[in-house]
Amino acid sequence: MKLPKLSFDLSWARVFAVFLKELVQMRRDRPTFAIMIMMPIMQLVLFGYAINTDPRHLPAVVELREDGPMTRAFLASLKASTFVDIVAISTRESEGDAMLRSGEASYLITIPDGFERRLVRGERPQILIDADASDPVAAAGAIGAIESVARSAFSAEFEGALASLASPPPPYEIVVHRRYNPAGVSAFNIVPALLGIILTMTMVMITSIALTRETERGTMENLLATPVRPMEVMIGKITPYVFVGAVQVVIVLLMATFLFHIPFTGSPFAFLVGVTLFILANLMLGYLISTIAKTQMQAMQMTFFVFLPSILLSGFMFPFRAMPNWAQALGEALPITHFLRIVREVVLKDADMPDILGDLGPLALITLALATLALLRFRRTLD
Amino acid sequence: MSEQLVIDVAGLTKSFSGRKVVDNFDLQVPRGAIYGFLGPNGSGKTTTIRMVCGLLKPESGHGRVLGFDVLDQSSLIKERVGYMTQKFSLYEDLSIRENLEFIARLYKLDRRHERVDKALADLGMVERQAQVAGKLSGGWKQRLALAACMIHEPELLLLDEPTAGVDPKARRDFWDQIRRYSAQGVTTLVSTHYMDEAVQCDSIAYIAYGKKLLDAPTAEIPKQIGLACWRVAGRPLQQAQAQLERAPGVELVARFGAEIHVCGHDSALIAAAAVRAKESFPHLQISEIEAGFEEIFIYLMAGSADNFQ
Repeated sequence: MKLPKLSFDLSWARVFAVFLKELVQMRRDRPTFAIMIMMPIMQLVLFGYAINTDPRHLPAVVELREDGPMTRAFLASLKASTFVDIVAISTRESEGDAMLRSGEASYLITIPDGFERRLVRGERPQILIDADASDPVAAAGAIGAIESVARSAFSAEFEGALASLASPPPPYEIVVHRRYNPAGVSAFNIVPALLGIILTMTMVMITSIALTRETERGTMENLLATPVRPMEVMIGKITPYVFVGAVQVVIVLLMATFLFHIPFTGSPFAFLVGVTLFILANLMLGYLISTIAKTQMQAMQMTFFVFLPSILLSGFMFPFRAMPNWAQALGEALPITHFLRIVREVVLKDADMPDILGDLGPLALITLALATLALLRFRRTLD
Repeated sequence: MSEQLVIDVAGLTKSFSGRKVVDNFDLQVPRGAIYGFLGPNGSGKTTTIRMVCGLLKPESGHGRVLGFDVLDQSSLIKERVGYMTQKFSLYEDLSIRENLEFIARLYKLDRRHERVDKALADLGMVERQAQVAGKLSGGWKQRLALAACMIHEPELLLLDEPTAGVDPKARRDFWDQIRRYSAQGVTTLVSTHYMDEAVQCDSIAYIAYGKKLLDAPTAEIPKQIGLACWRVAGRPLQQAQAQLERAPGVELVARFGAEIHVCGHDSALIAAAAVRAKESFPHLQISEIEAGFEEIFIYLMAGSADNFQ
């Protein structure tokens, strides 16, 4: 095969002509230009402040079986510490478990019956920490922190007659149970969550050009000239991708099981409901983009505008609870945030329908809001 | 609504970014007529057609299309109108048959299979039905587009420059087809640039600057314009043309191959100009002729050439 000969004999005048033409075209494409400028600014501000790899303020529930001066001192130190936020103090046994499973709390700290009496006797009673290790990163940091909180809280109490207890080893024992992922395998956390990322990326991207392509190719005019209604176009365009999404789910589940040996412990029905709603939410989001974007290029850029926060603010990469409140509020508006909780609860935490209702509700609301917006955006005329 | 008027609209107005594209437009089209829309580029033909079929909402104006309110009942109008867009707007990645089936489904037609078969047969596309539409030539695309907008048997056909980029033979076939539909009672509103197509219409509306300058049955137009014309042929044509253009009363000097047509409203002045040209260049032949559509439309367009200001 003969290769064309490269010629380096170039005219800078023509280079300049092309350069000028590109500049003018770039300036004319206002939305693209705006995104190019705004994207780095917004993302830096957004993610720079929001992301915190050193998780603090993780929600904890304390199960207090005993109420004495020392346990109260421990509680007060916990409350004062920035590592955990005590969201509830429970006296009943099953309450804390339920909160851990539904994700309301990341830790369950149990102080057993007769703790103080046995402490004074030198029997080394146990403080039990149940950590939600479905997110190993979030779990690891605070466990150490709780230990140091306990040490400083109790040492202040060991005075006078109890001074002998102050010398190491500590007169109590902290036992940590890593629930749901005892070995702290990252894959157990990442692989189910990747399902959410994969679905977000493909579903939003595919539907984001659904209407844009019709407009770009000029077929929109013909479509609008027929009696077809906006709702009919939307449902018809979205449905095929529900099946595409279903195929992706099956592929990921098969690989998760056979390649990564992820234990699927929860209710398959709850999973099915959650994943279906999540696919719909993403398709609606993509469809909404396609009612806004004028070109396929713009649609792609908008998709990425959604995609980055979906990775960074949803709790996929970084612990959700460690973000500031405003970032958590943003995260709550993303479909994937709710799906990640659902999928982790169902796959790792043995959850059933009632456990995931707290995230199904918001997910349904987001889907509905996106669909309504998309239908309002759909113009039935060419105006 | 009068039973005879398929389109009866008045005062239609539409502007884009402050510029009036269609201004106070009235149009009355009787049932079964072939109505031609003529005018230079950017004169508002497409916008008017889109307003008639409900694709654009008029800012003001009112009227009825097929008896339905043009402002409020556009979905009822859409069901009964066949609209052929200027640019090919079917799916290039679907086959001919798939495109027709899709449109037929959107109109919820019964006997869909049968209708599509018939449409394919009518247009001589039975053998090519599995071919992807994007690979068709301009003429075939145009046939397919016409078939698609006729599949639901509309009472009104709106054709926006349907023959642009189509060879003369295909254009003739196309017009034969339109006349067949017309004989069946279908009303047609068609915009065009071509004079030979304009004369095929029963009536012609001439638009410029978004305003209607002329609206008359085709046969009456020469009389309405009242243009006097002389034919000048021979040598030296170029110098003769220069002289004629300067002559008083001459409004149009148009070259047609080896001859010049000199036209104006004052027949005495035109005759005088022609005679003077003959005196200057004795080898010229001059004769009075009847003003044809060609002259009339060149005259009209010359008077409204600048639509983009």
